[in-house]
Order: sequence, then C-alpha cells, then structure tokens
Amino acid sequence: MLSLTDVSVSYDGVPAVRDVGLDLPDGQVLAVLGPSGCGKSTLLRAVAGLEPATGSIAWDGADLSRTPTHKRDFALMFQDGQLFGHLTVARNVGYALRLRRTPDAAARVEELLALVGLEGYADRLPGTLSGGERQRVALARSLAVQPRLLLLDEPLSALDAGLRERLAVDLRRILREAGTTALMVTHDHEEAFTVADRLAVMRAGRVVQQGAIDEVWRAPVDRDTALFLGYARVLEGDAAELVLGRAAPAVAVRRSALVLDDAGRLHGTVVGARATPTQVRLVVDVAGLGEVDAVAPLDRRPALGADVRLGVDGSRLAVVGAAPTGQAV
Amino acid sequence: MRRTLALLGLALGPVLVLGVFFVLPVGGMVARGFWPDGGFDPGGVVEVLTRPRTGRVVWFTVWSSAVATLVSVALGLPAAYVLHRLDLPLRRAVRAALLVPFVLPTVVVGVAFRQLLGESGPLGGLGLDGTPVAIVAGLAFFNVAVVIRSVGAAWEGLDPRPAEAAAALGASPLQVLRTVTLPALRPAIVSAASVVFLFCATSFGVVLTLGGLRYASVETEIYLLTTNLLDLQAAAALSVVQLVAITVLLALAARLRAVPDPTVARRTARPRAVRRSDWPQVLATVLLLALVAAPVLTLVLGSLRVGDAWSLGNYRALRSTGEGALLVPVTEALVTSLRTAVDATWMSLLLGLVVAVVVTRRSRTPAERRVRSVLDGFFMLPLGVSAVTLGFGFLITLDRPPVDLRDSALLVPVAQALVALPLVVRTIVPVLGGIDDRQRQAAASLGAGPLRTLATVDLPAVWRPLLAAAGFAFAASLGEFGATAFLARDERATVPVVIFRLIGSPGAMNYGMALAASVVLAATTAVVMLAVERLRVPSLGVL
Repeated sequence: MLSLTDVSVSYDGVPAVRDVGLDLPDGQVLAVLGPSGCGKSTLLRAVAGLEPATGSIAWDGADLSRTPTHKRDFALMFQDGQLFGHLTVARNVGYALRLRRTPDAAARVEELLALVGLEGYADRLPGTLSGGERQRVALARSLAVQPRLLLLDEPLSALDAGLRERLAVDLRRILREAGTTALMVTHDHEEAFTVADRLAVMRAGRVVQQGAIDEVWRAPVDRDTALFLGYARVLEGDAAELVLGRAAPAVAVRRSALVLDDAGRLHGTVVGARATPTQVRLVVDVAGLGEVDAVAPLDRRPALGADVRLGVDGSRLAVVGAAPTGQAV
Repeated sequence: MRRTLALLGLALGPVLVLGVFFVLPVGGMVARGFWPDGGFDPGGVVEVLTRPRTGRVVWFTVWSSAVATLVSVALGLPAAYVLHRLDLPLRRAVRAALLVPFVLPTVVVGVAFRQLLGESGPLGGLGLDGTPVAIVAGLAFFNVAVVIRSVGAAWEGLDPRPAEAAAALGASPLQVLRTVTLPALRPAIVSAASVVFLFCATSFGVVLTLGGLRYASVETEIYLLTTNLLDLQAAAALSVVQLVAITVLLALAARLRAVPDPTVARRTARPRAVRRSDWPQVLATVLLLALVAAPVLTLVLGSLRVGDAWSLGNYRALRSTGEGALLVPVTEALVTSLRTAVDATWMSLLLGLVVAVVVTRRSRTPAERRVRSVLDGFFMLPLGVSAVTLGFGFLITLDRPPVDLRDSALLVPVAQALVALPLVVRTIVPVLGGIDDRQRQAAASLGAGPLRTLATVDLPAVWRPLLAAAGFAFAASLGEFGATAFLARDERATVPVVIFRLIGSPGAMNYGMALAASVVLAATTAVVMLAVERLRVPSLGVL
C-alpha cells in the first residue's frame, strides 16, 4: 500500500507539487488526472524517487525517502516508452530480469510479449516499431519482475485517438490479469475512467479531490473539476435549481443531460442543431437557463426557432461541491 | 549546370591553395621517397622500413599513444560527468581550467613536465625524467581536455529518461552506467579516443622535448632524420608510412562512430545536485585538477627563480639573446609569433569559410552532389597529414620554381594556416550545416537576394563560431611547432622555436629564459582561448 503524506516538490524555490496526500491500496489502479503543468508528472517522479520531495512517501508504512530509485522496486513507464535503442525488444523486456539474474528469463520474456500481444517481435529493434508497439514493449518491460508498484506517466498520450482507446482497454485487462498496483497520471479523463479504479484530480500542484471513480464522477468538488471531468457546463444558482428541481449551489451537466421530451419540464427555443452519427446535438435557449446543450434522437430533428420541451436525465448531471469526498483544499 | 559551375568557381580558390601548398609538398615528399634519383626505386623505402630503429620508433609511437589515450579517457570520463551533469560550485571555472592544457603549446607542455620531473623538480625523486612514463604523462595531460570537452558535450545533451527508466527497473547506478549510459555515449567516446590517439601519434613538441634522442616517435624521427642526419629518403619513407596510417585511422574512426540507431534523443538535462554516490567522481575530478595544475604551477614558479632566490630576472632576460643560444631576443620572437599568427589566422579563416560554404550548401542535382562530395574529401586531406610532414614537404618542394618561397615571410604563416584549417572548418561546418535551408528559402521568398539572405540567415548564426574559429587558429598558430621548426629561419624564429633552442642550449640562464618564455606564450594562448570559451561555441577538439 502506497501512502503519500504532505508531499511537496519544488524546482528552484517554485513549488510544483504542494502538500499532496494520497493512499493507494494493493491491487488497485489510481489515476491522477489534471491539466498539463499541474504537477502530476512531478508527483509521479517523486514517488519513483527521481525528484527530491519533502513530506512522506511510504510503502506499507516504511518511509522511502532514503531509498534510491533502483531499490524501491517500483517500475516507471514513460510517456514515450524510453526503450533502450541499442537493445532488441526481447533484451529490453528482459532488462530487469538480467539485472536480477532471474533463471528462465527467456521464457518469462516470451510470456510477457504474449501478454501484451507482441509474439514474434523478440528480435526487432525499437527503432522499427510503431508508437503503440513501443508502448506495449515498455509495458512488458515494466511488468517483467512484477514490481510492487507500477508508475505510468501518460502511457497512452503519445498515440493517436483510435489506438489510444484500444490500448486503454488492453492496459486495463493486463493490469487486472497481473494484479498490479498502479499509479497512472494522465490529462485524459476517458483514459482515466477506462483504466483506473480510483481517481485523484490535481490542479496547480494540489490534489483537489480523490476517491473511487464513480464517487468523484457523481460529485465533482468544484466547477473547474467538473469541467475537467468532461461535464459540458456548470449551472449555478436559480438555473441549477431549475434543472435539478431542488435547491443546489451548482449543477454540472453533460451534453446529454437535457433530452428532447414532449413531457419535459423545461421550455426553450432551438437556436442550433447538428447531426452526429448517434444523435442530434441541439443548442436550446431555455427560459431561466440561457443557452444550454441538449440532445435529440436522430429521427427527430427540430427546426431552428422551434419551441421544444426538454426533460432532465438525472444520471447525467452532478451536484457540484455537495458530497465531502476526499480532501477539498 | 549554372549552379555546378558557380560551385566550382567558388571552390577554385581553396583548391588552388591546397594544390600548391598541400598536394605539391606532400607529393614532393612521396616522390623523394620512391623516386630518389629520378627513377622509381621503392627499395630505399623498404630498406628504411626494415631498419631495427624504424621498427622501434613505430612500435613506441603506437604503444605510447595507445596508453596515453587510455589514460586520457580514464581520467576524462569522470570529469566529463562531474563538469557537465552535476551542479557544482565553480563548475565553469574548473571547466575552463581543465581546457587550458589543450591549448598550451606543445613545447611549453614539454618544458613544464621537464621542470616537474627533472632532477631539481618537485617530483625529481621519482626518476621519471626522460622515461616513456614522462612522455605518456605529457601526452595525457595535453589530451584529457579533448575527452572532457567532446564526451562532456555529448553527456550534457543525453536524454536522462532512459537512465531513469533503467533505475526504475531496478538498475543500480553502476548498472545504469554500464547498460544504458555508456552504450549511448559510445560514439562520443570512440570519436574522442580516436582524435586523442591521432593527436598523440602525431604529437611532436611533447615527445621531442621529453624524449630527446632516446625515445622517438615517427613524427620526431622524421624531424631528427631531416635536420640531424640529413637522411631525406628515410624521412620521406617514414612520412609516407605516417600518411597511410593516419588515413586508415581516420577512416576507421568514421566507421566506429556509426551506430545501429543514430536517433539518440537529445534533451539537455538540468545539472542536478551532488549526491553521496557522486563523491568518487568528484574526487577523481579534483585529483585531475591537481594533476593538471602541478606542471603548470611548477613551470610558473620555476620561471620566477634565479639561482636560489625569487626574481623576475628570467623575464628581464627575455630582451636578450641568451647565452649564445639565439640570433634574436625573445621579445622580438614574440612579435614575430604574433605577426605570423595574425597572418595565419586570416588565411585559414578565409580559406576555411569558403570551404565550409562549399561543403554545406545543399546539392540540387546528382552531378552537383558528386562534385561536392569529391571537394569535401579533398578539403579534409590536411587532416591526415602531420605538421612535420607538411613542414618537411614545404622544405623540399617550395624552394625552387615554379614556387620559390624560401625567403618569403609568408612561408611559415601559410604552413600554419594549413595546420589550423581543419580546426576552422570543423568549427564552422556544423553551424552552417545546421541552418535549416528553409530559412534561406523563406528569406528568398520574402524578396531577399542571395547577399541579403546571407546577411539575415547565415551571418547571425555564424559570427560567433567564426570568431571562435579565429581564436582557435590564432592559438594553434602561436603554439605551432611541427611545421615551423622546419621552416622558420633563425632570424625570424617564433617563440616555440626559440624555447626549443633555449632548452637545448647549456646554461642556467638559457633554461630560466625558456621557462619565462613558456609562461609568456602559455599566458598569451590561454587568454585567447578563454576569450573563445566565453563565446560558448560547442565544438572544440571534435574532429
């Protein structure tokens, strides 16, 4: 179990990570989600022992501040893999096994390559691989000696969108199968939702919210967090009350939270409509709300200027700042 | 077609200069070996090569250079790491201090080591004076800076993340070094080592002053055969051997430098704070600093002593001609040296700039590319020839029509300019070649003519390297001894030649003057080189 208490890192006096506290139970995957420059990669490097940090980073209660990187038994996987260009795929994957003089390293390498779906790639050089293949090799290399903690630094960000989606699912499966405890940082909430069990949202060096994925998802701690988690708009005050049907300081709504519904509570005028393969995306000027996003099924496409009624899908909105999940700073 | 013609026109100048002052002398030297009396007779060369002394000389050159190269690399690597990767106080000052030996004139290095290891010197008790150990030490002293500079620059630009990835996989610092860092640095280390070996194998001043007649390298042997024994055919034969050996070595180094995957990620790392595990390297660097400082300090202190008292007498004596050793006072030699250096600098700069432009411009047609690559190879020829061979070639070919320069004051500067040429070209070419051609195209598309394009794109990038190259050429010329020793007349001697005369002449005063003159020369070159160092041009000693 990894425990961080009041961890801070600064570069030349400029704080990059401030007073972060996190807990990661064995066997779980925690995603640290935040915009670029929020300090999440620095936090990861501090856990790996690559940045000097204050506060406590401990594993099963034992403080690690005096343990050098190579003795922490954590594997770090970089955004761009950082494969060793002068070694073949098999030698890259078997690197940590050779360091530990593990017997039967060759069999283990084959097993790992099969796990990441790269059988037959053993003798290739990293320079000949595609981006996705490199990341798979990097993953296999990190998993080789079953580290007690796997650190993933934006493992999929360097890949194009389709591949990213597929690899995220693979990554989830592989981590599950190996029973690995992992800490992943990413700026992509879809990736975090796909791979992780728990989520910590980071902004300007601080963890602003953490908890199980659906807890965080259902109750974002503030407006910025909600927007970063993929909510389209945050409505406040009277508007929030109108949508929710009861008093609340703020409500975050997904694009699909408001649905074209003849029995709906809200009245509005359509000011924009655009068809996508699965639904029609509307912009509706609703009395008391202003312009909001809404959706309609593909077979009903209201004309511009039409008066429509909208229903509210309660599962697609979240009350902001309501539940005291995790530390709100 | 017009472009190819323009290229040839631009190249004409350097080609002519190299033709007259390089191909002709070297060709004449080869001819002297194989056609001793007009007819082809390789027997003479074979006879020279089978002499036992020749074998000893070649073997000594090879092993002393190899050992000196190993020592330089072993001492240079820790220092390269410490000075380029760690955040130490006084880092810049130490870097500059360790650079000084490389620019010291070879004769000065020789004198300093004699002063250090000689009977009356601080380390005289070790009995190393006049032994191969002294020569190897002198060569290593001279070349450690090359290793630090070129490997250090590569190390500084090395992406730290693969090493971090290895550490995160459980590799200890030593294992990271062995499995990740050293393989990535291999090209830099091989290239530095081959350059150092080349410098050692062609070192003239150090071996001549420290080895005398007993230990000769090929380079000093050529000199001794020519000046003392007047055996020109033997000298020519040895020159041919050296020419071939160096060319082979250069080709080999180029092959070794090639790596399977050249796309090494470059990202300059911030120097990091010193950790406990860094202490061995830091200590090694401090030790190296002491090793480098010892001869220099002994030299300076020695120059300040007359008899048993502290005195500036040796420096005052520089206005005299010594105890019958010289034809001109040392001060006049210094003026000659500076004048010669100025001439050699503008010559090599002009020549080097034209060569660099010719070599780096992008070729548009296959024909143009072929012409350019032939020219490229041709311009690199002086790299493969030692200064002594060049000086010797000048001596035997440029003394009669069509080119009779025996009495010309330009003979020495021209020779020095050719010696400095590779240095100049190698400083400018990477910068010119690194300019994205699209910058020029952008300027042209905005309406800039060729000259205007040159002024907006090339000049801003190249003026600092150009100044640096001028500094290198000036310093190289000030300290040049190999070619100058052949060519300088006694009444127009340069300071290195004068120093060599002084240490070869009996008398305490002559020796004291040699020390003082060495300090003056060293200080002059050091000032020039430190000025260059401030320009922060990356490549020095990376050939």
